[in-house]
Amino acid sequence: MIPELGLFSLVLAFCLAIIQSFAGLAGAHWRKPEWLALVRPMATGQFVFVALSFGLLTWSFIVNDFSVEYVAMNSNTGLPTFYRIAAVWAAHEGSLLMWILAMSIWTLSVSWLNEEIPEVFRARVLGVMGLVNSGFMLFVLATSNPFVRLLPAAIEGRDLNPLLQDPALAIHPPILYAGYVGLAVAFSFAVAALIEGKVTSAWARWVRPWTLMAWIFLTIGIALGSWWAYYELGWGGWWFWDPVENASFMPWLMATALIHSLAVSETRGLFKSWTILLAISGFSLSLLGTFLVRSGVLISVHAFASDPARGLFILIFLGLCIGIALGLYIWRAPSLGSGAGFKVLSRESFLLINNLMLVVAAGLILMGTLYPLFMDALEMGKISVGPPYFNLVFLIPTLPMVLLLGVGMHSTWKRARWEPLRKRLKTPLLIAVPVALGLSFAWGRPSVLTFVGIFAGVWVILSAFSEIRERQEMGRNFFSLPRSMIGMLVAHIGLGLFVLGVTVTSVFSIEKDLALRAGDTVELAGYQFKLESLRNAEGPNFDAVEGMVTIRRNGKVVTTLYPQKRVYRVQTSPMTEAGIDAGWTRDLFVALGDDLGDESWSLRIQFKPLVRFIWLGALVMAFGGLLSMSEPRYRKIQKAEGVAP
Amino acid sequence: MKKMIAVLLLMPLALFAVDNNDALEDPELQERYETITRELRCLVCQNTPISDSNAPLAEDLRNQVREMLLAGSSNREIYSYMTDRYGDFVLYKPPFVKRTLLLWLAPGILLLLGGTVLVRTVRQRAAMPIDDDDENEEEIE
Amino acid sequence: MSRFLAPILILVVLVGFFFIGLHKNPNIVPSPLIGKPAPQYELPLLLKPGETLGTEKLLGQVYLLNVWGTWCFACRAEHGVLMEIARQNIVPIYGFNSRDDPQKARQWLADLGDPYVASMVDTDGLVGIDWGVYGAPETFLIDQTGIVIHKLIAPMTMRIWHEDFLPLIQQLKAARP
Repeated sequence: MIPELGLFSLVLAFCLAIIQSFAGLAGAHWRKPEWLALVRPMATGQFVFVALSFGLLTWSFIVNDFSVEYVAMNSNTGLPTFYRIAAVWAAHEGSLLMWILAMSIWTLSVSWLNEEIPEVFRARVLGVMGLVNSGFMLFVLATSNPFVRLLPAAIEGRDLNPLLQDPALAIHPPILYAGYVGLAVAFSFAVAALIEGKVTSAWARWVRPWTLMAWIFLTIGIALGSWWAYYELGWGGWWFWDPVENASFMPWLMATALIHSLAVSETRGLFKSWTILLAISGFSLSLLGTFLVRSGVLISVHAFASDPARGLFILIFLGLCIGIALGLYIWRAPSLGSGAGFKVLSRESFLLINNLMLVVAAGLILMGTLYPLFMDALEMGKISVGPPYFNLVFLIPTLPMVLLLGVGMHSTWKRARWEPLRKRLKTPLLIAVPVALGLSFAWGRPSVLTFVGIFAGVWVILSAFSEIRERQEMGRNFFSLPRSMIGMLVAHIGLGLFVLGVTVTSVFSIEKDLALRAGDTVELAGYQFKLESLRNAEGPNFDAVEGMVTIRRNGKVVTTLYPQKRVYRVQTSPMTEAGIDAGWTRDLFVALGDDLGDESWSLRIQFKPLVRFIWLGALVMAFGGLLSMSEPRYRKIQKAEGVAP
Repeated sequence: MKKMIAVLLLMPLALFAVDNNDALEDPELQERYETITRELRCLVCQNTPISDSNAPLAEDLRNQVREMLLAGSSNREIYSYMTDRYGDFVLYKPPFVKRTLLLWLAPGILLLLGGTVLVRTVRQRAAMPIDDDDENEEEIE
Repeated sequence: MSRFLAPILILVVLVGFFFIGLHKNPNIVPSPLIGKPAPQYELPLLLKPGETLGTEKLLGQVYLLNVWGTWCFACRAEHGVLMEIARQNIVPIYGFNSRDDPQKARQWLADLGDPYVASMVDTDGLVGIDWGVYGAPETFLIDQTGIVIHKLIAPMTMRIWHEDFLPLIQQLKAARP
């Protein structure tokens, strides 16, 4: 009964979403107050029923109802309860339901938290959001129903993929999806603005906090995924440029560009059509990612089981969604108005460069990700585009962007002057060069590019800090700055930390694959790794061999690590649990390989300097976004330049 | 149940492997070995390089690379040994040939295109009058 | 105006490519050997370990080379089809037993029947690398002069046999009876 109820709730939610979009769009068009009044209750109802549906699926997992095929495929009685809940979104059907839940929550928030937005405009936004979500609900109902019964019921479940039995990965999808779907809010605001044919500064002010929120989720979601890959997959890599990773990174780049372009549209009323286009593109790339991951057109390590019918459905949905939005764009964009001028040296110019570089970076990733598909479709053979291409090509737009950022941050709107810029940037520059040189030689002999990378990171951080010093000299407290300004500085410090971490880790990591017997010692980067012993260990649903590795430096014990090689009982696939000693300046990483038979085991040991800065940087960036979002002006009720009905 | 098993087989697990061979004695050869094995794609296990895969084929290919290095082959010879047998698909860094022209020129094309638009926009704007009646430009980022 | 049209044009092109992509399998990697001479090798036979066979000795006939192993699930599925093709007696099928335990392999042929004129044993998989083998089952079609004409990377089915292989074989035989 429970699964059928879940399905029924979803059908109901679908109907409500349809009513919501009709009432919103038609009500706004024909100015029917009684229709407009329906929008909010429908959005609320849609959320309630989607949440109910999701809750019922979760319930089926908790009580191990193996008469539901999806549960039988992804759970097991031996699975701890926490992972039974996480298993809800472990495969295609459930993760789509979560996508829908996220969309409902965004819809609910937009309908209740935007009092200052004129009702007609809000109805349009919610109308578009309702259409998007009903498309996804239809997708689930038509091709990916998670409530399908299995007759006769399975006696035992096939268990959750062991790779996913990990706390970070359990929460990674909800956060990432919240980000993907959050971009639908900016998308819907853009489409609504195109329908009205008007983009104002107020519009930009409304969209900004939503975009920031989605961006924060994306940032944290991607960072979590990368962190998980680092410690769980066992090879110590944190990014592989896999299609699935790229699918999440492209929307992030677009959202980043959008945040910056919204800043110009809000303060200066410029680049309106460009901002709209970015808002459309961000969500379009989310949809594209969904298509790439779930249709099986590309090879990926994390691919879902693919099904051409699903691929076709998403493709049509994607074509309609983006096609209609871009159609409206062609119609309205030319008349959006162009605003005023600015000098060559101005904040506007710098933000324009930022946007260009971010979009080029996203474009290059798109090119690299899809090129094998293009070749195959044109019958020109199969090729692979992998890390060597992306690592090289990605730097071309981003390195100059980061270097220029240090200057751009301080330039003023409309017209900036060299003199004050030079005065302000002299000190950070004078400190950054020796610091970067020192850091470059701290772990080995650097190349020019390595130095430039390290310098870029240090430079951005110091440049952001110079703002604080400047304020103090002017006798003003740093915290008297507007929150959005503080947020901007913090986020850029995060970027600097990230750049520093990426450069140092990629260049100076040391990695060794070795065969060791108990009692053997090896030396790596000044640390002595000693394999003390190996023993059998047992978990709730796996058996493992556990190594004990003591690490010494100059005779003193630094830490003891316990890397495991696990075999999960149900799916019997071997899994690596690396032993990691995390530190601010370096990680020590030990992964257990195979039993080589002669009492020795193969081990991979790694020394990874500054690797924590990668995720720390991402978190600081997200925190900066949060500060920006808390800006009071986004919550003030401002009806000044209201969008006239 | 049969259908289930079929579906599961379609989902490759990203299995990690440690290289079970001892490091090459010559550190320079070892470094080349690591670079090469990281740039060769494992065909069986989809998106992993042969350095990180535990498929038997990946292991054989690793051994092949090792032996060729010891026999004094150049990187180029090793790569062409692989592409002669498996095609360009095994190279994570696609070769610069006619059909990958667009791929390799993409950074240049995109920057040129974007740069042109950028310069034109900035020039246009610089020629326009600046509105100085904005109320809130000072403090907003 | 063109700058407002560009995004939708990009969309149309991408959707077009995706549509074609939906009907392709990205996991199948075509062999670069097609149209080139088969690699030179000599391997011992599974059932007569004293004797060897290789490209040189197989010249002068159109034949199939089928890569199989007892560890390969799909090989079991295609085995019946191979038996049927062998019964039709149009071309000889040679087996290429890859990375296998010869004991188990012999048992397999005893249990399921032997469609092969002879099976070569590539225990360490080294000759398989020369052939660009990356999975099993794989089936090569080689002509009289030792040129590789076609490669199937999937279990053989009667349909594939009739649609892809037979026409090629008839052509080859007609050109050089």
